[in-house]
Order: sequence, then C-alpha cells, then structure tokens
Amino acid sequence: MKLWNRYSGLILPVLVVAALAVWPVITGKPANRESAFTILKAVALASSLNILLGYTGYVSFGHIVFYGFGGYVGIFLLTEKGWSLWTAILAGGAASGILAFLLGSAILRLRGAYFALATIGVNEAMRAFINNFELFGGPTGITLNFSVYRDFGGAAHALQTSFYIGAGLALLALLLSYIVRTSKFGLGLLAIRENEDAAEVMGVVAPRAKTWAYVLSAIIPGMVGVLFFFKNGNVEPHDAFPLHASIELLVMVMLGGQGTVLGPILGAFAYQGMRGYLVTSPIFKDIQLSVSGALLLMIVLFIPAGAIGWLRHRVPPLRRVLA
Amino acid sequence: MQQINILLASLPDGILLGFVYGLAAMGLTLIWGVMNVINLSHGPIIALGMFGTFFLFTRLNLNPYAGLIPVAIMGLLLGVLIYVIAVHRVINAPHLSSLLATFSVNMIIIGLGTAVLTTSPYNVDFSAGSFKLGSATLLGTRLIAALVAMLFTGGLYLFLYRTRPGKFIRAVANNRSAAELMGVPSTRILALSFGLGTMLAAVSGALIATFFPFNILSGGSYELKSFVIGVLGGLGNPIGALFGGLILGMIEGIIPAFLEQSWVPVIEFGLFVLILLVRPSGLFGAKK
Repeated sequence: MKLWNRYSGLILPVLVVAALAVWPVITGKPANRESAFTILKAVALASSLNILLGYTGYVSFGHIVFYGFGGYVGIFLLTEKGWSLWTAILAGGAASGILAFLLGSAILRLRGAYFALATIGVNEAMRAFINNFELFGGPTGITLNFSVYRDFGGAAHALQTSFYIGAGLALLALLLSYIVRTSKFGLGLLAIRENEDAAEVMGVVAPRAKTWAYVLSAIIPGMVGVLFFFKNGNVEPHDAFPLHASIELLVMVMLGGQGTVLGPILGAFAYQGMRGYLVTSPIFKDIQLSVSGALLLMIVLFIPAGAIGWLRHRVPPLRRVLA
Repeated sequence: MQQINILLASLPDGILLGFVYGLAAMGLTLIWGVMNVINLSHGPIIALGMFGTFFLFTRLNLNPYAGLIPVAIMGLLLGVLIYVIAVHRVINAPHLSSLLATFSVNMIIIGLGTAVLTTSPYNVDFSAGSFKLGSATLLGTRLIAALVAMLFTGGLYLFLYRTRPGKFIRAVANNRSAAELMGVPSTRILALSFGLGTMLAAVSGALIATFFPFNILSGGSYELKSFVIGVLGGLGNPIGALFGGLILGMIEGIIPAFLEQSWVPVIEFGLFVLILLVRPSGLFGAKK
C-alpha cells in the first residue's frame, strides 16, 4: 500500500505508453505501428521539453535543435564511422547533452522572452550552419546506406526494431520526467519557475540547476533524432531543424498541462490524434492548420493550465494520481 | 579587385533592402516596447501585405505605391482585431501565453492563406526603371521602397512624439498603471499600438512584393530577420530598428563578396545570439 501511494503518479503515464507500444502488436497493422511511433516520438520529445518548460519555467522555442543535432551526429557516426545503432543513439544523446551544457551556460542567463528569442536564434543558426557544413553533407544531408538495415534482418525488421526502441525511449523520457519531478533537484526547479530570485535566496544554485535541467531535457531528443533519421533513411537540414516542430511541442505541453508528468503525454497523444484526424478529414483537410490554430487559441485564452492542470485544480482528490 | 566590384554592386542594394527590413522590424519592436509581447503572427501579416499589393495591382490596376494606403489601413484594422481577440486576455499572463496566442493567429492566417492562395509563387509585375550609381545599377522599386520606409519612420517618430495618442502610447510603454491613473485609456492605446505594429508589417510586405516573388509563407523569413534587427537595434526602440535594418542590409550586401551566400544566415543568427548574450538591450539601447 505504501508503495502504491508512493508511485501512484507513475501508473497512468506508464499505462498510456505501454498501451501505445502494445496496440500495433495486437492489431498487427504496419499503419498502426507508424501512427503509434509518431505519437511515441511526440511523447518522448514533449516530456523532455516539459523538464525545462514545465518545471523550470523557461520557454524554449528551438528545442528541436537537440533532436536535429543529435540525429546528425548519430547518423554521421552510423554511416561514416560504422558505429552500431545502439552506440550511435547513445552518442547522439550525449552530443545533444553536451551542446545543451555549452549553450545552457551561456543563454540561460537570459530570462523570459529574451531566452525564447535566443533559442530561436540558436535553432536557425544551427540549421544554417549545418547547411554549409560539408562533413555532414551540406544542404543534401546524409543518406543511409541500405546495408545498415541488414544487421536487423532487412528494412522491415529494422522498422519493427525502431518501433520498440522508440517505445523504450518514450518510457525513459517519462521516467526521467517523473524522477526529476519528485526529486529534491526538481523541487529546486519548481522554485526557480515560481521566483528565481527567491529560489536563490533559499539556497537553490539557480545557474547550475537550470543548466542541468536543460541538459536533461536535451538528451532524449538527441536519441530520438538518431532513431527517427535511422528509420527515415536520410537526414537533411530542412527536416532536422523545423522551427514549427518546436512550437508544436510547446503546444502539446500546453495542451496537456505544463509541469505535470502526465500532461505532456496526453497533450502529445491528443495533438497527434487531432492532426491525424484533421489531415484526413474531407471537411478540414485544407484548413487543418487554421483549425489547430483556433483550438490552440481557445486553450491559451481559457484553460492556460492545460487539461491536467485544470483537472488537478478542479478535482483535488485526483492530484495524487495525476502527478 | 573582383571582390570590390561585387561589393560595389551588392552593398547599395543591401542598404536599400535594409530600410525595408528595418520598417518590418519597427512594427515588431514597437509592439514589444509597448506591451512586452513578441508578435509571432508578424510574418503572416507581412505576407498579407504582399498579397494586398498583388490584388490591388492586378485586379484594380492600382499603382503599388498608391496601394500602400489601403494596405496600411487594412493592416491597422487587422492588428486591432488580433489584439482584441487574441492578445488582450493574455497581456498580463506569462510570456508563453502571449507567444502561443500570437502563434495561433499565425497558424490561422497561414492555414486559411494556404487553402485560398496555395503556396505557389506570386509576382507583382511592376517596374520603376533603374538608376546608375557609379558601376552599380539600382532598381527604381528598391529606391522608392527605401524612401517610403524612411517616410514611414519619420511619420512614426512625429506621431509618437508630437501627437496626443502618440504620447499616450509612450506613456503606456513607460508605465501602464501610472498611465491609467493619469486617465490614459490603456486598452484602446494597447490596441492602437498593436495595430500600428501590424500596419508597419503590412506596409513593409507591400514594398517587398514590388521586388521579390512571394507566397503566403514568405513572411516567415522576414519575421526572423525582424527578430535579429529588433535585437540589434534594441527591442522596444522603433528608431533603433531602422539602424538595425541598415546593419542587416549591409551584412547581406558585404558577405557575398567574401563568402558564399549560404553563410549569410549563419552569420546573421550567430550575431543575433551573441548580441542577446553580450548586450541584450541592443546596440542603441532598448525602450526609449
């Protein structure tokens, strides 16, 4: 019973991710596997962003830079240096983490909108730089040699394996999010979010805590990047650093509820589900972007705490389960 | 020697473009200065300004420069509308709310625009001759655009410093609650400032349409340039934005002489991050 109380906040998130991982296995359709992969990828990215955005209160508009950079490093090692997928994924995560550490020490001094602008600048500078960087293939990027799939028993099996790795990464992201949320370190981050100066007076070493939050939020996107571009077969600057994808992540976190463990997961699920529906619906397919925009506006204006935040506020008994 | 020739050819062009970039950035930085909101719907509004010129020119055969007046009025009204619907409720909320609110406006405009206008390129087929300046040839449209941008800057300056609503705007930018206590109708002033910001965006779009092909997504890159310029000139300092625009235009004019064109954004955004870090108030001081 004690154990149940202690980890009750983890039950729902794990159930959601497990259901997503099992669903395509039961139905056995590759199409379902692809949509589940898209949602799991969004879950992993949104949960990671939440560590910085939801817990620490810093708005990163260019978080996708870690996904793209990690992906590039991993794919480069995979194709040019002949590393295995596993080590390439780890290296991609490590590269993003190091980038975040270096960047974070510099730009986390900025607060509010200045930080948001700087992250946009970093993303665009990185995209433009990679576009000129011959080692990474410049504007054409890197294309995977088909033979890398052979180790996995052909492309079809490689896709299947990628799916399971994706589910594993999503699980990892939510565990990390939960651990940060319930740790003393996380408490320090929440204090920074509420009032940075007061937090420092209370003994939180804000610059160090923020930098580590930034690093933690960057590692999994880097790993997801390697996995996605491995599955995709190639990586280009245009696909690796799409600014609008960063903003979609913000939308997912907002939708579900920033600063909660379950929120970004539900937000990612709802946003991808809604997009999938709008893109295929005959009425909305031409104006799907406008419909998403109008919905986002409604949420921002009327339920700024997101679905989970709203529920926690309205139904206090649920607070135990909806961490 | 060859570099100097390229430089002589591209630098004047860059400077002329810089004025127009500066005009676009002025709108962004004005809104930031008055209400601390970064308007992420800036790009689509620039694109709407381009289409305004296009339709006035092709359908009504209106001269693009005469068309600036209806485009400016529409831009002003659109801005007031956006303020009332999307911005007013989140003006005191954390930054994320206002960023996402204006971004949702961005999505709505882009979505509708893509459905109605598609993303194929449009072009305003208009020429105002060309002028020789030494060895460089200047296009008439760019020269007039730079003059119009200067005119609008001067107009904005006079408006902000010599008229009553302009003084109200500066009062609200300085201290909103104090301004309210002095009887300034702050909501109306905020709506007007937002409208002025979008008006400048629409006008700059209308000018850009006379020399570059465009589609509904084209505003995005000018929005990013506006961020860079806004930070260069000091966020919240509209006059600084014009100088920021000139600097950016010069960078775009100078770099091609030494490096490949594709390095321009690397240097622009690198400079942007650097200035944010070293001097977040910009080269000319933020606000006032």
